[in-house]
Amino acid sequence: MSPKASTALVPAATDPSAIRNFCIIAHIDHGKSTLADRMLQLTGVVEPRRMKDQYLDRMDIERERGITIKSQAVRMPWEFAGETFAFHMIDTPGHVDFSYEVSRSLAACEGALLLVDAAQGIEAQTLANLYLAMEHDLAIIPVLNKIDLPAAMPDKYAEELAHLIGCEPGDVLRVSGKTGEGVEELLDRIVAEIPPPEGDAEAPARAMIFDSVYDTYRGVVTFVRVVDGRLSHREKIQMMSTGATHELLEIGVSSPEPEATKGLSVGEVGYLITGVKDVRQSKVGDTVTSQSRPAEQIIGGYEEPRPMVFSGLFPIDGSDFPVLREALEKLQLNDAALNFEPETSTALGFGFRVGFLGLLHLEITRERLEQEYNLDLISTAPNVIYHVTDESGVTHEVTNPSEFPEGKIAEIREPVVDATIIVPAEFIGAVMELCQSRRGTMDGMDYLSEERVEIRYTMPLAEIVFDFFDQLKSRTKGYASLNWQGTGEQTADLVKVDILLQGDKVDAFSAITHRDHAYSYGVKMATKLKELIPRQQFEVPIQAAIGSRIIARENIRAIRKDVLSKCYGGDISRKRKLLEKQKEGKKRMKMVGTVEVPQEAFIAALSSEEGNAKDKAKK
Amino acid sequence: MPSVLPPGDPMPADGSLPEAVRADLASRTDRPFGLYVHIPFCQVRCGYCDFNTYTAEDLGPGASRQSYPDTLIRELEFAAETLQAAGAPQRQLDTVFFGGGTPTLLPAEELARILAAARELFGLTPGAEVTTEANPDTMTEASAGVLAEAGFTRVSLGMQSAVPHVLATLDRTHNPENVPAAHQTLRSAGLQTSLDLIYGTPGESLGDWEHSLRSVLQLRPDHVSAYSLIVEEGTALSAQIRRGVLEDIDADDQADKYLLADELLTAAGYAWYEVSNFSTGEETRSRHNLHYWQDTDWWGAGPGAHSHLAGMRWWNVKHPAAYAQRLHAGASPGHGREILDDDAKVLEHLMLRLRIAEGLEIAEYNALPQLGPSAAEPISDRLIAELVKEGLLEEEAAQPSAAHPAGRAVLTLQGRLLADAVTRRLLG
Repeated sequence: MSPKASTALVPAATDPSAIRNFCIIAHIDHGKSTLADRMLQLTGVVEPRRMKDQYLDRMDIERERGITIKSQAVRMPWEFAGETFAFHMIDTPGHVDFSYEVSRSLAACEGALLLVDAAQGIEAQTLANLYLAMEHDLAIIPVLNKIDLPAAMPDKYAEELAHLIGCEPGDVLRVSGKTGEGVEELLDRIVAEIPPPEGDAEAPARAMIFDSVYDTYRGVVTFVRVVDGRLSHREKIQMMSTGATHELLEIGVSSPEPEATKGLSVGEVGYLITGVKDVRQSKVGDTVTSQSRPAEQIIGGYEEPRPMVFSGLFPIDGSDFPVLREALEKLQLNDAALNFEPETSTALGFGFRVGFLGLLHLEITRERLEQEYNLDLISTAPNVIYHVTDESGVTHEVTNPSEFPEGKIAEIREPVVDATIIVPAEFIGAVMELCQSRRGTMDGMDYLSEERVEIRYTMPLAEIVFDFFDQLKSRTKGYASLNWQGTGEQTADLVKVDILLQGDKVDAFSAITHRDHAYSYGVKMATKLKELIPRQQFEVPIQAAIGSRIIARENIRAIRKDVLSKCYGGDISRKRKLLEKQKEGKKRMKMVGTVEVPQEAFIAALSSEEGNAKDKAKK
Repeated sequence: MPSVLPPGDPMPADGSLPEAVRADLASRTDRPFGLYVHIPFCQVRCGYCDFNTYTAEDLGPGASRQSYPDTLIRELEFAAETLQAAGAPQRQLDTVFFGGGTPTLLPAEELARILAAARELFGLTPGAEVTTEANPDTMTEASAGVLAEAGFTRVSLGMQSAVPHVLATLDRTHNPENVPAAHQTLRSAGLQTSLDLIYGTPGESLGDWEHSLRSVLQLRPDHVSAYSLIVEEGTALSAQIRRGVLEDIDADDQADKYLLADELLTAAGYAWYEVSNFSTGEETRSRHNLHYWQDTDWWGAGPGAHSHLAGMRWWNVKHPAAYAQRLHAGASPGHGREILDDDAKVLEHLMLRLRIAEGLEIAEYNALPQLGPSAAEPISDRLIAELVKEGLLEEEAAQPSAAHPAGRAVLTLQGRLLADAVTRRLLG
C-alpha cells in the first residue's frame, strides 16, 4: 500500500522524471467521474470534509454559473517507493465530433487509462480513442471499473481488452471507483508504467494548447502542456500560429482548485490567463512560446477546426433574430469550432447558416440556444460540404442546397468517412442492411470476443448525419455504438431535389441527395406536406423536382366548406370567438406565394420522424 | 344552446345592467325585441346533441317538468323588473321562440301559460311571431289546437331525416311516418310550419339526403332549416367517431349535400335568407332566427340561455336546479357576460350580416363608429371585386345603387359554403 505524498512537489520546480501525465479514455457512463473522485481523495488534494460526488463535474456546473473555471487538468501528488511524484490528469472529451480536441489532449500525455465498465465492455468511441492513443504511442493501462456490480463480468471483458491492446488478461486492473477497491494499486501502476515526459528544459519555451475555455470573470483560460523550456508569470507570450502576443496575467495549476504559481516548467501541465475574451484567440493545438526568446518550430499536429455539417437555424418568432445572433456570438466565445453567417429563407425568414463539427455538436448547440437563451428554433436538414464542378470546369463549394449551381454538372464530390460500429454478433445482419442502404462499402469485420463484433464501413458523411444513429440504435435494440472519422471525398451521382408549392420553390425543403434516393425523398416530403398544410380556397399542387423535371406530385384539394351552420340559439359569442381564433392563427401563417403554411408544418416537415415531428409542432 | 358556456366576466348577483347598456337601450326602441324560452327536457339524449338538455323528469326543486314553468315565469318577471330598474323604455315582444330540449314534452297548456305570462309582462306586437320546436311524435290535434288558441303562429318540427338508419345514428326515436301526419295537424290548426333537417350524418348517402329533401318538399312546409351535422366534443357521437365505430364527418360530403339542398329547394320555389334557412317567401321566414343576425335585442330565459341587450351578451347558469335555486332566491340566473368592445362589435356585425341574404351593407359597415378604433380595415372596392371574381360574392349586389351607395356583400352559393373564409378576408 502506498501512502499519499507528505509534501507535494512545487510547480515550476519539479524535475520531469517525477512527472506523470495521463488521461482517462472512457465511455460516457463507465464511471470516469467516480474514479476521479477516489483519486482526488486518496492523493489528498480534496479534503475529506469538502469531498462530494463527481467533484470535477460539479465544478463544471459552477463554471456555468461563472463562479470558477472548469478543471481540464488536475495536479495530484503521489508517493511511490519512497519518492514523490506529481500527476497531471488531463480531461478528454468523449465524443467523435471532437476528435481533434481528443487528439490534442492525448498529445499532452505519455499515458492513458483505458477505463471500461466491467458489465458492458468497450464501446466504439472508446475503441476509436484507444486507437488514437496507440497512434500517439501512449502507454495504456487497461482498467475494468465497477467490479462491485453484480452484473460485472470482469473475466470476459479482461479477455476482450487483452485482445485489443495485446496484453495478458491478468494485466488488466480491476477496480471499483465506488468502493475504492484497486484504486491505490492503479495510482502505483501509473508511476511504474507511464514514462515521464521528455523535453529540453534549456530550449526556448514551447507549450501546446489542449483546451481553451471562456470564463465570465476571468476571460479565456488556456490549458497547456509545456513541451520545452518554461513559462513564467508576467512574461509576454506569443501564439505561434498567429504571432499575437499577450501578457501572462496568471499562470498556475489546478489542484483541483486553480492555484497561481511562479510558472510552469518542462513537462508540466497547467493553465494560462491573458485577458483575451474569445477562445478563437487561443486555439486548441496552437503552440505558446515566449516573446523574448521565441521558439522556431511550432509543435506538430495543429489544425484549424473545420466544420463538417451545416444547418440553417431560424427563430420561430422572427423578432428573436437579434437574440439568436447574440446567443451564437456568446457560444462562439467558448467554441472555436462554431461558425455562422446570416441566411435568409423565403419560407423561414432570417436566420443563420451554422457550421458544426458533427451532429452531436449541432444538437448540443441547438439545445444550449433553446435552454440557455430561451429560443424556439427551426433547423433545416443537415448538409455536408459538396464540391460541385459545373460544365465550364468551375468548382463550387456547396454547404447549402441554395448554392447548388444551376445547369449541367460535370462532377460532384462528397465527403466520406470511416465508420466503426461495435455490436453484439446477432445484429450483424441488421447493421449491414442499414449501412448498405446508406451507400456504405464494407471494409472489414473483427470479432472482439465471441459475442461482440467490430464492423467497419466507408460511408458518405451525408448518409450518417441525418438519422443514421437513431436508426442504428433502433435496429440493434440500443446495443450498437458508432464512431466515424472523415477520410476524404468521393465522386457521387447526386442531385438537388426542390419542393414546390403551387409552382413556388420552398427553399427550406430543398435537399441534395443521391439520385437513387431523390424519388423517395420527393414522395416523402410531398406526402408529409399534404397532411400538414391545411386546405386552401384553391387547389395547391405540391411537386418535387430535379431541375425542371417533376419527380413526384401531390394535390391539396381546395376547401369547399368552411362555415358553421348554426349559432345555437343565439350563442353568438362562441361563433365570434372561433373566428377570432382563426384570425390569430392566420397571423402565424407563413405565405409561400399565395399559399398559407402554418409554422408547425415547417417544423414537422423538417423533423426526421413522425412522433418527433408532432412533439416539436406542439412546442 | 351548447353545453359549454363561453368564457366571460361574472354576472353580478342582482343581474343589474351596466351604465353603457342602460344608456344605449333608450335609443333602441325601434328595434325588434325578442324572447327565447329554453325547455331543458328530452325523452332521449341524442348522440350528436350537446345542447343543454336532460332526460330526467325531476332535476331538483323548481326544476321538475311540473315545477319548471313557474320557475321560468319567475325569470320573465325578473327580466321585466331588471329592464324597468334600468329605466329602459317598455318594448313589446316582436318574436317569441320556445326551443330545447323538446318544448312539447311539457303539456301544450303549460307552454300556453308561459306565453300568457310573457304577454302580460311585456305585451306582444301586432302580428308577433310565436314559434315552438316540436317532436313529430308528440304533436296531436288537441295540442296543436291549444297552441294556436294561445297565440302560437309557427311550429318547427325536428324531422332531421326521412331515412330510418340516419335517424338511428342520430338516436332520434320518432317514427318518420309520423311526420306527414304531424305536419297536417299543424296545418289544419292554422299554424305556419317549418321542417328541420340535418345533413352529413355518418352513413348518410347522397341518395339518403335527396330522399329526405324530397320527403320534405312533398309536404310543402312554409320553411325549411338544413343544418350540417357538427360533431361537438364530449358527445356520444364524437366518442363513437374517435373509437372508429362511426366514420368521421366529411366537409366535402357536406358541401355536396348543401349544394343539392339549395338546388332542390330553389327549384321548388324556396329561397335562402340565411345560410341554413330557406322559406317560401319573406312572410314565412323565421323572424326570430333572422333577428339573431341583425343586432336586435332579446332576452333568453331558461338554464344556459343566451341573451343580448345593446352590446352586452350574457348567458344563464347551465343546470336547471342551480337555475331554479337562484331565481327562487331572488338572484339573477346569469352566469357570465361580456360587454362587446369595438373589435368584437365590428367582427359580429360583419360575420352576422354576411350570413343573411340581404348581406352586408358596405357603406354602413365602413361608417361603423367602432371600425376606426378596431383592428379591422374598411372594406375596399378592390377586395369586393376580388371576391366577386373568385365567385364568392354576388356581382349584382356588389354594384353601388341609390339605396346602397357602396353596394352590398352578398354570398354566392359557393360563398355561403365558405362564409368563414370570406369573413376573415373582409376583416383584413
